[in-house]
Amino acid sequence: MIPLSWYLILAAALFCVGLYGVLARRNVVAILMGIELMLNAVNLNLVAFWRYVSPRLIAGQVFAIIVFAVAASEAAVGLALIISIYRRHATVAAEDINMLKW
Amino acid sequence: MTILQLVFLATAAVTLVAALMVVVSPRMVHAALWLILALAGVAVLFVLLEAGFLGIVQVAVYIDAIAILIIVTVMLTQRAMGEGGRQVNRSWLWAALAAIVLFGGLLLMLSQAPGSATVATPLAADAEATVEDLGRALVDVDRYVLPFEVASVLLLAALIGAIVVARPSTEARREGRQP
Repeated sequence: MIPLSWYLILAAALFCVGLYGVLARRNVVAILMGIELMLNAVNLNLVAFWRYVSPRLIAGQVFAIIVFAVAASEAAVGLALIISIYRRHATVAAEDINMLKW
Repeated sequence: MTILQLVFLATAAVTLVAALMVVVSPRMVHAALWLILALAGVAVLFVLLEAGFLGIVQVAVYIDAIAILIIVTVMLTQRAMGEGGRQVNRSWLWAALAAIVLFGGLLLMLSQAPGSATVATPLAADAEATVEDLGRALVDVDRYVLPFEVASVLLLAALIGAIVVARPSTEARREGRQP
């Protein structure tokens, strides 16, 4: 069988890759992709802990489903914001979106 | 080394490579396609974890909805960045350092945490019973009906919010400008 630590290490690596994407990319859509990777890593952890630590309680899967719903709404609103910003300012570079900076 | 372990290692390698390509690929459409591969890898891992329903939800929500949404947005906004332009910001080295330090810290923590070498006990119930239990738990007043309803309200709010935010402004429409 696969030890739990393998899943945890993979999820940690996936999270760190996503973190790099969020911190380093200039394109806002790419930043959103990094966030999706990080959410996936968290979901993987939740399901792995459910399977290995408490398979009798369904809470781990319920958590994962709520994360799915939050990820879907976050992606929808985020991409709508990006399209709106692109329409008004013709840019998707994160450093150009500074209308709220004083 | 059993077959399951080999499947896990192959899937993990594909997922990690795809995730790396997502963050380093200079072309956004390619990054979006690599993202689909990474999400599919996570779906396979859900199936390996005997959470088949979550694997299907992963395919339906992430690969079907979110990835398509991202690809459409990439295509709509493609001209803004250009193809040859710089894709990373000035502090990308710091970002890489932060990610590596975080990964090292997590590895250190995992190596010291007890029980990380535990092996899964076989599921008491079969797969169908697990899905049934999940469905009942989500609508049971004593269990998770509140998070379930909050999630539905959140989805509705996101739906309306996305439509309102992405609409062209009224002046733009009055002038007959192409959105």
